[in-house]
Amino acid sequence: MIQADLTIILPEILLSVFAMLALLFGVYTTKDKVAPLLTWVTAAVFALLAAWIGLSGEGNNVAFNGMFHDDAFARFAKVTILLSAAAVLLMSQEYMERRGLLRFEYPILVSLSVVGMMMMVSAGDLMALYMGLELQSLALYVIASLRRDSLKSTEAGLKYFILGALSSGLLLYGASLVYGYAGTTLFSGIIAAAGSGDMSLGLLFGLVFVISGLAFKISAVPFHMWTPDVYEGSPTPVTAFFATAPKMAAMALFARVLHDAFGGATADWQQILALLALLSMFLGSIAAIGQRNIKRLMAFSSIAHMGYALMGLAAGTVFGVQAMLVYMAIYVTMNVGTFAFILSMEKDGQPVTDIAALNMYAKREPGRALAMLILLFSLAGVPPLVGFFGKFYVLRAAYDAGLAWLAIAGVIASVIGAFYYLRIVYYMYFGDEGEELDGGKSPVLWVMLMASAGAMLFGVVNLFGIEGAAAAAAATLVN
Amino acid sequence: MDNLLSIVTFIPALAALILIVFLRGSDAAANRNAKWLALIATSVTFLVSLFILLQFDPSNTGFQFLEERTWIMGLTYKMGVDGISILFVMLTTFMMPLVIAASWDVNTRVKEYMVAFLLLETLMLGVFMALDLVLFYLFFEAGLIPMFLIIGIWGGKARIYASFKFFLYTFLGSVLMLVAMVAMYSDAGTTDIPTLMRHDFGSETFSLLGIQIVGGLQTLLFLAFFASFAVKMPMWPVHTWLPDAHVQAPTAGSVVLAAILLKMGGYGFLRFSLPMFPVGADVLTPLVLWMSAIAIVYTSLVALVQEDMKKLIAYSSVAHMGYVTMGIFAANQQGIDGAIFQMISHGFISGALFLCVGVIYDRMHTREIDAYGGLVNRMPAYALIFMFFTMANVGLPGTSGFVGEFLTLMGIFQVNTWVALVACSGVILSAAYALWLYRKVVLGDLIKESLRSITDMTRREKAIFAPLVVMTLLLGVYPALVTDIIGPSVEALIADYDLARAEGTTLRMLAQN
Repeated sequence: MIQADLTIILPEILLSVFAMLALLFGVYTTKDKVAPLLTWVTAAVFALLAAWIGLSGEGNNVAFNGMFHDDAFARFAKVTILLSAAAVLLMSQEYMERRGLLRFEYPILVSLSVVGMMMMVSAGDLMALYMGLELQSLALYVIASLRRDSLKSTEAGLKYFILGALSSGLLLYGASLVYGYAGTTLFSGIIAAAGSGDMSLGLLFGLVFVISGLAFKISAVPFHMWTPDVYEGSPTPVTAFFATAPKMAAMALFARVLHDAFGGATADWQQILALLALLSMFLGSIAAIGQRNIKRLMAFSSIAHMGYALMGLAAGTVFGVQAMLVYMAIYVTMNVGTFAFILSMEKDGQPVTDIAALNMYAKREPGRALAMLILLFSLAGVPPLVGFFGKFYVLRAAYDAGLAWLAIAGVIASVIGAFYYLRIVYYMYFGDEGEELDGGKSPVLWVMLMASAGAMLFGVVNLFGIEGAAAAAAATLVN
Repeated sequence: MDNLLSIVTFIPALAALILIVFLRGSDAAANRNAKWLALIATSVTFLVSLFILLQFDPSNTGFQFLEERTWIMGLTYKMGVDGISILFVMLTTFMMPLVIAASWDVNTRVKEYMVAFLLLETLMLGVFMALDLVLFYLFFEAGLIPMFLIIGIWGGKARIYASFKFFLYTFLGSVLMLVAMVAMYSDAGTTDIPTLMRHDFGSETFSLLGIQIVGGLQTLLFLAFFASFAVKMPMWPVHTWLPDAHVQAPTAGSVVLAAILLKMGGYGFLRFSLPMFPVGADVLTPLVLWMSAIAIVYTSLVALVQEDMKKLIAYSSVAHMGYVTMGIFAANQQGIDGAIFQMISHGFISGALFLCVGVIYDRMHTREIDAYGGLVNRMPAYALIFMFFTMANVGLPGTSGFVGEFLTLMGIFQVNTWVALVACSGVILSAAYALWLYRKVVLGDLIKESLRSITDMTRREKAIFAPLVVMTLLLGVYPALVTDIIGPSVEALIADYDLARAEGTTLRMLAQN
């Protein structure tokens, strides 16, 4: 029995063992000098695990009496998380090394947080959920303040920690209420207790608190306040990481809780999610207009994007979950490319985050500028780029679920949002001659940027087949 | 050759890809290569499209040259042309080589410039051929990106403002259409345009937020599409992006904008609004007709007081598009024939007028009307060509401008005499501003010192105008060239529309009793 359970969570075990071995290796050898090697090896391990999970995983496996689910949904999320984390690690290496930030703990902490994320998306129990969530969050708090001697970085770490702890508190409080009224922490038990729409008031309270806690993690409005500061303060590779894998994990977890534990009570949470989506889309789009710092701008952009993903989730249907998964996979790919670009923005070796510094970037670096142009239009959701299909998916899900008003609000927010993406294009292409940024040197960043932009452009043919995988994933979650 | 349409559509994109990947450097040789490649690609596109026109069977009112492949999300990649769209395809392929030739003097970022125009051609052709809702939206919206860059990079002084206004205005209009498309997909279960044309969208009156929506779902869908097409057209009062975009865009950008991009709105009305939402269209026809009439008179009056040549022609475009919407919503054979005719002929005439402005702008670098005068003394050939197109713009019999205006007015007269009366005054006003412009710029004595050394048109410029003159005259004296091709398709469209409209009226009567 236990052997069968362990086989199912073998990827997580392997990754944890790898993280510990890497820690020992780092401590007993030359510490920070092996950091580049460790980073590459960790990325390779991520990629291997992703390939393994993606190619060999099949069926619907449950371990530890329902605490851990290994199904198509979890596998979809895990592959996305692992691949994006690998990409971000590769992008970080050169950048952090040149600034003396590349400690050997960095890849290890990232591995641990990825273990946490993998636990989260597979959680079948409130306790397993919390353990996974905390594992990933604690690792993230530390890497947010990786730049110890920078006021902003430590502030970001501390802010993230305090607010994260608060949200964990909300989540735990909700979980305890749910446990109290359902008598179990297992999702399969909760869904039986919650029934179809006739939830007890205590359970409903628990649900609302759990949703609030999770909304915090995906930075949905009104629980978004930490996002801009943390994005701005953290070292840029860490910001890139924040914007990708943890978002996917939290969103998948969100879907799992709502459907596995409260799937019978769609009507009860649909309106909450619709409101979160509405506020996130509009606040993200409007607040980003005032931003001059590209990292803060991307923070608001990610808030808006979470709003769209939530729109899919708010539909409460199989198609809605599928739409959310497709949206998140596209979002993660776009953000990897965008942050590869941001990482390559530097002047005299110092990172630059002011968007005005991009003046006439297109003249000096036509290739990179074109790739960024594609990514920006994709972020704005302009066809024929793949970002549009993400939007189209969630709009359709929302409309089919009777949320036509949300769909209309969403497209209006996307027009507002288009403005600030266009402004970056404006600086790159229409601006006046100004101070020049250095040409990017790192080949890894170049490859990531081009690959991501290429995916946004050529994905129009068939979305690289993620549609079928997402459909299968959604079908296992919602029933 | 069963994928002829895709070949035509993607030749320019292929050329653009070649430019991006293989052309290096920005010296004179590279620039020359970029220009030649763009010219060859657009010319080849035109020749291949001629082949389509020759094989096209006008008596068949269905779609021809069909191509279909499965795509994502249950969508299809489906292309086809019918009598309504074929001429827009031809207009596009015909204009693009001229546009490229007119850009021969561009010297900044030539490679990007050519890439933008080539991609734009692919996207415009796609719009007229797409037979899947989302595919149509894809091409329709994607065209904003190259046009945004064309205005923003190669435009005039206030290009930033104009490019943002252009992009956001049209984007806002079209996202509402996107929601409507989602709703149609949900309602009909398909995005196939020929199927949707036969699909009966609900037209029962219901109340939304306490407002009675006569025509129900159809009216709402119609309004959502209307938001997009009216902006694109552009119709009064959402036309304000157009003068800005025209004035700031480079000459070639203005030509494409006036000759082709504006036609997408009219094409959209004919392809979507009338056949798919006949009841909604019927309910809102009076509104559209009066908006058109106001557009004709109001923008003509505004054109009278312009000081910038391009702005004047831009306002005249809005007025002429007013005839188009009026003709379309008259919904009879003369009206719709006239509307399509007017769109094609306006493509030649307004394109040529913007080129005329471009000719003197290239020499003097100003578009102020006051900066010119007496050009006829130094530029006789230019004066002649400008005169010809001014007259065509006014609607002189014998030019294609007359046929379009006359047919639309005849169509509307049978439907709504008052609108026809108001619109007729536009004919006089258009003569007023066009002749006034011509007199100020071309006639009189050459007194401005700066104009003393201005040179007449070069051979390249004359060569660009020659095909436009020929087409304008040809369509003016032998309009059957166009009406024979569009006639049967338009007739079928009207028959379906009238039937559905009558049913809708009966239903509403029954509901009231």
